[in-house]
Amino acid sequence: MPVTTIASRDIHVDGEGFLTNYDEWDPELAEQLAKQIGVDLTDRHWTAITFLREDYAARAETPGLRRVSHGAGIPTKELFTLFPKKPAKKMAYIAGLPKPQGCV
Amino acid sequence: MRRLLVLGAGTAGTTVVNKLRRRLPRSQWRVTVVEATDRHYYQPGYLFLPFGGYTPAQVAKPVRKLITRGVDLIRGRVDRVILAENRVLLHDGRSLPYDYLVIATGVSPRPDQTPGMLDGGQWRRSIFDFYTFDGALALAKALDNFDAGRLVVHITDMPIKCPVAPLEFAFLAEDFFGRRGTRDKIELTYATPLPGAFTKPIAAARLGTMLDERNIALESDFLVERVDDTALVSYDDRRVPFDLLVTVPLNMGAEYVARSGLGDELNLVPVDRGTLLARLGQRFRHRRRQRHPHVEGRLGRAFRGRGLHHQLPCVRLRAADDRPIRRARQLLRRVRPR
Repeated sequence: MPVTTIASRDIHVDGEGFLTNYDEWDPELAEQLAKQIGVDLTDRHWTAITFLREDYAARAETPGLRRVSHGAGIPTKELFTLFPKKPAKKMAYIAGLPKPQGCV
Repeated sequence: MRRLLVLGAGTAGTTVVNKLRRRLPRSQWRVTVVEATDRHYYQPGYLFLPFGGYTPAQVAKPVRKLITRGVDLIRGRVDRVILAENRVLLHDGRSLPYDYLVIATGVSPRPDQTPGMLDGGQWRRSIFDFYTFDGALALAKALDNFDAGRLVVHITDMPIKCPVAPLEFAFLAEDFFGRRGTRDKIELTYATPLPGAFTKPIAAARLGTMLDERNIALESDFLVERVDDTALVSYDDRRVPFDLLVTVPLNMGAEYVARSGLGDELNLVPVDRGTLLARLGQRFRHRRRQRHPHVEGRLGRAFRGRGLHHQLPCVRLRAADDRPIRRARQLLRRVRPR
């Protein structure tokens, strides 16, 4: 498993840079991860990220867009504004979770 | 007498009752299955109906014929599961008590969940689905009349029952028009919410190449927000116009799952991956300690029938103090696929 250094910390990631260890994440790291993909985190972003973290802890599965929208109470359209182009992937990346899966 | 109750006599429900009926002694177990319709559809056949590869009669059989003798088949619609009382209430007022419950009612396409899809005036005129019997038959007529224009094959969102069927549809359509001599007058597009033709990288690359070779345009990362008359519009404001749309609408579990407080945002029952037991939170854990009967969940994430033989051994009957059940569990273990 590759190890990368972000904010002078060693972090375990997969081939695409998604964190592989849930516990290596903290809000400070999230700020750094967000910066790397050009996202400035606002409170609204944090509402989504917090939901992702909690939902993963409960279900051991990265939630998809529909679930985040439903669970965090943020319209899908807005998620596309907050995390442009590929919101599901970007949210998972910043939240330190595995890349969301399709169903196969 | 112990009661095993199965909701739904599709591929999963039928297989579960037939297999377990053979293994559970009739003197000790009553096995019941509830199904809303009297016809069992062979859903993988839907893919071939639009192209005339199957006839309607080949994909529909009476439910009764497929259910093993000794299983009670009840025709009815489920109103709700009352967990606290271990019973299922039907719409007609009947109440079915259970010791063990298997939820196998699957998912249905829900075009009503995308604005403009069902209510925009184009449904079954220029918008069709093929994951339903009626839809596949209606599409057969539409394809027969379609000689020129833009055909879009589209997936609304995951999960879907057969992830590769929309791609197969696109390839079959390409071949179909080629044989009719109309291929050069038809523009084919494949619009998917996935980042490529398929989820897994190697399959995505190979299948992507196959789309290229057949001159089928790929519109990836396309999450539809609404249908605007005869165009798909995505959340990131891309427009994909069509003359004929073949869509896979959003799939959702049955409404009674939601009414019973068992479902997630898609009315699917979250289950443990290893055992397929429903995860019902604190209440469930409490019940388990009491050795009360359990609720079995829907058949995992891969809820298509094709994966069922891998999953079926997981539908174990759990009660350590019950000898017939232990026996059933041993037998099921024996049929576990290698």
